[in-house]
Amino acid sequence: MTDRFIYLLETYFENQLKPEELKEFNKLLDSDPVLKNEFEQQKRVKEVLKKMSLKNPSSEVWDNYWTIRHNRIERFVSWFLFIAGAMFLVGYGIVKGVESFIADDHSPFILKFGIAVFVIGLLLLGFSILREKLTIAKSDKYKEIQR
Amino acid sequence: MRKKEYSTNHLTKKEEMEFALLVKENMKRAYFSALGILGNHDLAMEVSQEAFLKAMNHFDKFDRSKKFFTWYYKILRNLSLNKIRDEKNRKQVELLEIKKYSVSENDLAVNFEKDETAALIEEALMKLEPNDREILILKEFENYSYKEIAELLELPLGSVMSRLFYARKKLAKALEGVEL
Repeated sequence: MTDRFIYLLETYFENQLKPEELKEFNKLLDSDPVLKNEFEQQKRVKEVLKKMSLKNPSSEVWDNYWTIRHNRIERFVSWFLFIAGAMFLVGYGIVKGVESFIADDHSPFILKFGIAVFVIGLLLLGFSILREKLTIAKSDKYKEIQR
Repeated sequence: MRKKEYSTNHLTKKEEMEFALLVKENMKRAYFSALGILGNHDLAMEVSQEAFLKAMNHFDKFDRSKKFFTWYYKILRNLSLNKIRDEKNRKQVELLEIKKYSVSENDLAVNFEKDETAALIEEALMKLEPNDREILILKEFENYSYKEIAELLELPLGSVMSRLFYARKKLAKALEGVEL
């Protein structure tokens, strides 16, 4: 299909053809059945689409459209405060727990040793898993796939 | 993880009001343009809003002598195409897992007035590549001029005409055998 034919066809649909272009376009259609078929096909598609419209969402949807901005800012700030607060509380709890654990004279040494080894092991395990996750996340080619 | 910025601190009260007005003026065509690319109501809403948020955060880079929608459309288009890529990856897995593809109530069918013909056309439209669907929606449903489409898609006028012609041709092919 030549660019010229496409230009004439599209301009024809827009009713913007100059008289001499219209003449040229009609001549092309009359002389070439393939072009005539193309024209009929394009015209048919345009007519079919003209009968259709995109459904407009309800007015409530539009009324609330931009409130999303406030929702997102609120959520972002809420999550940030929640996580920061939780981290602070957990951190404080750990420090206090360790302090009282060390200061506790009543528990036997073997129990203290066992708990200390257990906690260190748990922390190392958590660190290892976290590091693995972060390393894999960077290089995993299947990361888009939901597991 | 994609960085999301929701701060509006850099905008003055006046700019915020100006931006809110721009959203109001452009939200419908933003939604319909996104719908043209994505073919899904929920995604079109989500992406068009996300694009406005992004535009707001970079509002200082917007050249006021140019049309807002042309600038915004580039953001919208990029986000929509990213969304399609993400959704494609997700759907591939869904297909492998459940061995069937179910059409969501939110898909383009609901966005056309529901009748059989609309459903058939919608199905054919959804068979097209997003680029073809996008240009058809812009021209045939949103009634943009060739010049406006050329500006939005950053294409020469001749390419817009040519892409429209071939998109209609593909749609005609997808509608083959359908009694309309």
